[in-house]
Amino acid sequence: MKPRHKKLALIAVVVAALGVAVVLVLNAFNSNLVFFFSPTQVANGEAPTNRAFRIGGLVEEGSIKREADGLTTRFVVTDTAKTIPVTYTGILPDLFKEGKGVVAEGRLGPDGLFAATQVLAKHDENYMPPEAASAIEQAQKAQKTVVE
Amino acid sequence: MIPELGHFALIIALLLALIQAALPLYGAQRGNLTLMAVARPAAQGQFVFVALAFGCLAYSFLTNDFSVENVARNSFSQLPEIYRFTATWGSHEGSMLLWVLILAFWSTAVSVFSRHLPEDMAARVLGIMGLISIGFLAFLLTTSNPFERLLPAAMDGNDMNPLLQDWGMIIHPPMLYMGYVGFAVAFAFAIAALLSGKMDVAWARWSRPWTTVAWAFLTLGIMLGSWWAYRELGWGGWWFWDPTENASFMPWLAGTALIHSLAVTEKRGAFKAWTVLLALIAFSLSLLGTFLVRSGVLSSVHAFATDPARGAFILGFLAVVIGGSLALYAWRAPKMITGSGFTWFSRESLLLANNVILVAALGAVLLGTLYPLFMDAMGLGKISVGPPYFNAVFVPLMAPALFLMGIGPLARWKEASLPDMVVRMKWALGVALATGLLLPLTLDGFKPWASLGFFLAAWIALAVLTAFVDRLRHGQGSLGQKLATLPRGFWGMQLAHFGMAVGVAGIAVVANYATERDVRMDVGSYAELAGYTFTFRGTTEHDGPNYRAARGTVEVGKNGKTISTLHPEKRVYNASGMAMTEAAVRPVAFTDIYVAMGEQLDDRGAWTVRLFYKPFINWLWLGAAFMVVGGFLAASEKRYRIALRRSDVSKNLAAQGA
Repeated sequence: MKPRHKKLALIAVVVAALGVAVVLVLNAFNSNLVFFFSPTQVANGEAPTNRAFRIGGLVEEGSIKREADGLTTRFVVTDTAKTIPVTYTGILPDLFKEGKGVVAEGRLGPDGLFAATQVLAKHDENYMPPEAASAIEQAQKAQKTVVE
Repeated sequence: MIPELGHFALIIALLLALIQAALPLYGAQRGNLTLMAVARPAAQGQFVFVALAFGCLAYSFLTNDFSVENVARNSFSQLPEIYRFTATWGSHEGSMLLWVLILAFWSTAVSVFSRHLPEDMAARVLGIMGLISIGFLAFLLTTSNPFERLLPAAMDGNDMNPLLQDWGMIIHPPMLYMGYVGFAVAFAFAIAALLSGKMDVAWARWSRPWTTVAWAFLTLGIMLGSWWAYRELGWGGWWFWDPTENASFMPWLAGTALIHSLAVTEKRGAFKAWTVLLALIAFSLSLLGTFLVRSGVLSSVHAFATDPARGAFILGFLAVVIGGSLALYAWRAPKMITGSGFTWFSRESLLLANNVILVAALGAVLLGTLYPLFMDAMGLGKISVGPPYFNAVFVPLMAPALFLMGIGPLARWKEASLPDMVVRMKWALGVALATGLLLPLTLDGFKPWASLGFFLAAWIALAVLTAFVDRLRHGQGSLGQKLATLPRGFWGMQLAHFGMAVGVAGIAVVANYATERDVRMDVGSYAELAGYTFTFRGTTEHDGPNYRAARGTVEVGKNGKTISTLHPEKRVYNASGMAMTEAAVRPVAFTDIYVAMGEQLDDRGAWTVRLFYKPFINWLWLGAAFMVVGGFLAASEKRYRIALRRSDVSKNLAAQGA
């Protein structure tokens, strides 16, 4: 091979390797995106039932109930318009409280119960998870339009 | 008075930065030695004034001056003194000031250790660093003044975020910034080379030790951050693929690619354009990382919009630095002359493969980190990209990179022989394969990913051994004498590679064999995990300096004997009322036993408790520590400190290329 051909071959190999990497990355990206839905969207049936997604809003006052094992907790997430019942087994984050913002990741069961595999409440007393804040904002906007 | 003094010092520092940038750059273009000579004293003077400003802010924090808004928001009178000091860089404003201080420190270091550089090169490098400093000082003074007064003064402060009250967080930010800002030196060298048009091997030799030191600091900073998250967040995880972590990991990937590509440029004169591009990318990502974490854009894209001045400045600054440097690159890079050629199997080609893989990994992390922000900013919905994506991408990309890491340092430059390599490495391959297949059997069951990890770790470690054996087989003198004559660059590289092997082995164990349990524990009850017995002895009230805690007592036993007593805490901080879990971690040989308190369940003192068994997690920190020491060792090699005239270098290169 002439040096020029060698160089071209080298470039071809590098481009091919990068191409494989890109396909791999985009494929993994596509199958691992987690979408966010507000309680209103879930109530409207917009959320998928066959893959995990995130919900967010406020933990409704008086809704936290602990089961006998001490580890399974049921609570209700609200965006002030619609609510979703959630169940979670495990230790909840320090800032998980009634009336505070929360984001949960999990799957929606056929009975409408959201089985969370992960509950996120960020580490700042005044901090509202952005997803939760936007869900509440959307719900309140929607209500206003209805009233008007 | 002191805060105003600090503010004034920052203004003087900005003026000095203007001088440091303008005069030497102009002088270098015109060949005016008098103007070029301004660079060093201006850089050193700037350091003095930034340090003064930093000292003023630290003084305000230490003396609880709550008439300064920054202090009132981020400190508290009951906060222990050491945390009042570290609160200096706990806020957005303070961390930007720390950034500028470290930049001034690096500039001063360059001004001192650049005696062997040609005058115009030193002037250009310091001038570019002055330009970066202008950007940051202007940002501080116009949008993020750390000395802003609060009228009327607050009675007391809001306290520092309790999570940051940990000694891992005392040193993590300065080390991380030493890394980020250290890449500014590599960036300045690259821009200086583009400006002067002298893209020779000497340039690579000058910028190599700086880049390696910055990389070592960044590695240390990331390691400390990971160690902090592991201990302090109470979830037992050491890497979450969180955007804040990715923000520091992206410059690390670019920096790792850069130190390898610089090796090729210095030794063989090849990859010049690519090396320069990587230097520009590494620093651009450092800037992006600083702003991602520090501007609040991650907690909410809209928080960014609530302070439009700050957001606009940041985007403008990024656009100028990244756009400007890439434009200069596009204009100048085609004029660079490529070095000598190499064949498909050579150290060059293996390092090229290393670079391709690292850059692909970098692209994957960048996509996963920025895409959700982009979607949100465009109003296209909220998504998150979690660990499954990053793991799915990273393992297949890193496995071949780690395999090549074993061969690369053993291959010859220019042309290596594959059959020869097979002969040299077949025993290592055999032993590594046996390790990968057999070692998991001695642990808790065979797991394919653990097996792959052990194979790669053993492969790299054996390659390091092979390299030493090769070097020591020839020559005269005792083993000790031979070891002493090996260059530090060799020691550093091998040590860093060995550290990678240690880290990979640690990850393989902890990712596959760690176990955890969330349990309800009544006083006197016990739970078992991985052969250890945890007995809960209840909690007692405990008062800290600025918090109250329920302190649990958990006895850890093995084979009927108590081996340790742990005291995890659940704290409530006085100023913020924030609850926080303080986990108790006890290393037993290479394994960590880790206990975190959940919630109190009833009046009789029952709690939910989270128990972790984390085998070999220490190997992660140990491996990273080897990499850091290796980096410093390699950078301290003598030949970097020897003055080289350009003619010597070109002669040298001609001799090598012949």
